[in-house]
Amino acid sequence: MNDAFGHPQSVVVLGGTSEIAQQVVALLAADRCRSVVLGGRDHVKLEHAAAELRHSVARVKTVTFDAAASEDTEKTIMRCCDAAGEAVDLVIVAVGELGLQEADETDPERVARMVTVNFTWPAAALSVVAAHLRRQGHGGIVVLSSVAAYRVRRSNYIYGSAKAGLDGFALGLGEALRGTGVTVHVVRPGFVRTKMTAGRPAAPFAVGPEQVASDIVRGLQTGRAVIWSPGVLKWVFTILRLLPQALWRRVPG
Amino acid sequence: MTVTVEVSPRQLSGWGRTMPTTSLVSRPVDAASVALAFRSQPGGVIARGLGRSYGDAAQCSGGLTIDTSGIADIGVLDEASGTIAVGGGVSLHDLMRRIIPLGWFVAVTPGTRHVSVGGAIAADVHGKNHHRDGSFARHVAEMTLVTPTGIVTVSPDADRELFWATAGGMGLTGVVISATLRLIPIETSWMLVDSQRFTHLDDLMSTMEATDGQYRYSVAWLDCIGHRDGTHRSVLTRGDHAPSGAIPDRLRGRSREIPGEPRMRVPRTAPRRLVNRMSVRALNEAWFRASPHSVGSLHPLAGFFHPLDGVGDWNLLYGPAGFVQYQFAVPPERGDVVGEAVGAIASSGVPSFLAVLKRFGPGTPGPLSFSQEGWTLALDFPLGPPGLPALLDGLDEAVSHAGGRVYLAKDARLRPDLLPVMYPGLPDMAAVRRRVDPEGLLGSDLSRRLGMSG
Repeated sequence: MNDAFGHPQSVVVLGGTSEIAQQVVALLAADRCRSVVLGGRDHVKLEHAAAELRHSVARVKTVTFDAAASEDTEKTIMRCCDAAGEAVDLVIVAVGELGLQEADETDPERVARMVTVNFTWPAAALSVVAAHLRRQGHGGIVVLSSVAAYRVRRSNYIYGSAKAGLDGFALGLGEALRGTGVTVHVVRPGFVRTKMTAGRPAAPFAVGPEQVASDIVRGLQTGRAVIWSPGVLKWVFTILRLLPQALWRRVPG
Repeated sequence: MTVTVEVSPRQLSGWGRTMPTTSLVSRPVDAASVALAFRSQPGGVIARGLGRSYGDAAQCSGGLTIDTSGIADIGVLDEASGTIAVGGGVSLHDLMRRIIPLGWFVAVTPGTRHVSVGGAIAADVHGKNHHRDGSFARHVAEMTLVTPTGIVTVSPDADRELFWATAGGMGLTGVVISATLRLIPIETSWMLVDSQRFTHLDDLMSTMEATDGQYRYSVAWLDCIGHRDGTHRSVLTRGDHAPSGAIPDRLRGRSREIPGEPRMRVPRTAPRRLVNRMSVRALNEAWFRASPHSVGSLHPLAGFFHPLDGVGDWNLLYGPAGFVQYQFAVPPERGDVVGEAVGAIASSGVPSFLAVLKRFGPGTPGPLSFSQEGWTLALDFPLGPPGLPALLDGLDEAVSHAGGRVYLAKDARLRPDLLPVMYPGLPDMAAVRRRVDPEGLLGSDLSRRLGMSG
């Protein structure tokens, strides 16, 4: 069960090798969390992360799946939820891929893959997760979106537009779940220094994954539907979104 | 005849409005329909009275919640023995309105009248007279429970283990459908109250130790925000039921007045959060100034026992995020934990409105019954301050080290591993539950969160 501060006892991560998700789990493990399921593509990396977690969490399981493959999403999600061994209090949807915009944009296969892993699969997964949590009567869902979804731009429009789809889907799902005991929390981090962004020039207000994780845990505590990280980006992007396209084009980052 | 019970899904939370979860809710009107509810409920079953426990004790995510408000018969008062049989869903409010005009009062009332008799037993609630009269279950002559294995009537003499496991048992032994309560006679519905102000916690606590025995009712209010010089202001309020001779002529016609409905209500559209550090400071200041030393002043019973019942839905003042209550008890010789807690709160900067300090008399044999001899401090905190979870975890440590415990009827966040330390009788409770509920049907969000299920 979740406690009054949104601390879950059982967490399922979809995209278990995500550094942000791992940092969130590390914070929750220091509190009430006693069961973690890490689901994802790379079995070796998942097992490595699981081994770390076993120092502080009583039950840690891994489930392997590929968001880009045409697997039965419902079966995949239920395998993850069943592995928890108890009611699932929090699901973190962290599946995603940043891609290489310039190389990808001329390759229709790559474009399709980017949309699949960043939007199509997570959206399908969310619908299964939502139904499962509704049956349980409770649960939180954290969806990793991005500020790139808030206003799509030239430099990463494939990733940004797919995340924009997911962002909107998750917000709508959150509205649909009002009053059911299930909550959705959309996370919009700015530039995060992780392996996914390694080698790329950092944008203004860049943060580390541990900062994003602590903003997420805090957002769960206060019941935020949208969690910006760092928080100041809420105001920065509220303004940036209003800029005329001619100016937006020139904003660095 | 076929008995059917209508069920519908509903999102429920405690009075603190945190942790809402959804379950099916049924509203049976008799024992047979309660018994029916136990059939095939893999998601668990728990009773819910008026929803005044602060946390997740009266909800069952994905299972069935039994709303007891339909089991609300009030029997005939037996004047000779001073007892009355009532349904488990009867509110103390309705009961008081019935018995006060007849010159009787409940032996124990918590800080609100809006609790059900079943809930009062399940939380084994206490009142301002605990130092003299003990907790609610001490005044229950017998009660009838619907358990998954049948309908049983228990008392301190008949199935003593089940009786005491139910007292404070948070509904985990069954649904209380009726109880016979021992009442106390009163001459009037007025209270004679003495009030004293203190600036040092030590003075307050030594006064309470020395002279609480002279009063039936005693409670102290503390200003937890504190002052730069390290002092903590407090107001000690103590009193007794006023005899008819103490009522002045102008009040003669109102000598057995019954408590009314709330005079005002917090609108559902209340602003974000009215309880914050500034408003708490202002309210504490106002309260302290409005409480001069006084001796023998006459107060209506409702205002003395249930000041917050004058405002309907006062929990909405904390805004949509809600609030948590934290109440602990420590042994008599560990009054230092009270000072430690107040100091920790003051230095944390987390606002706490209405800190209430009281001395407990001896507890009961109930393995999960909260009250134990010593001191109890009740605090409430709006949700939001980042340091609050760690502050309360720290208090848990101090309380359990001191041989104390936290009150499960208010809990929304206890560390599960501390529960068996705070409640060493937990294995006895589990043994009774295995006997009356071998399939483990009874359970609540609280019991799952704290690892008490199965």
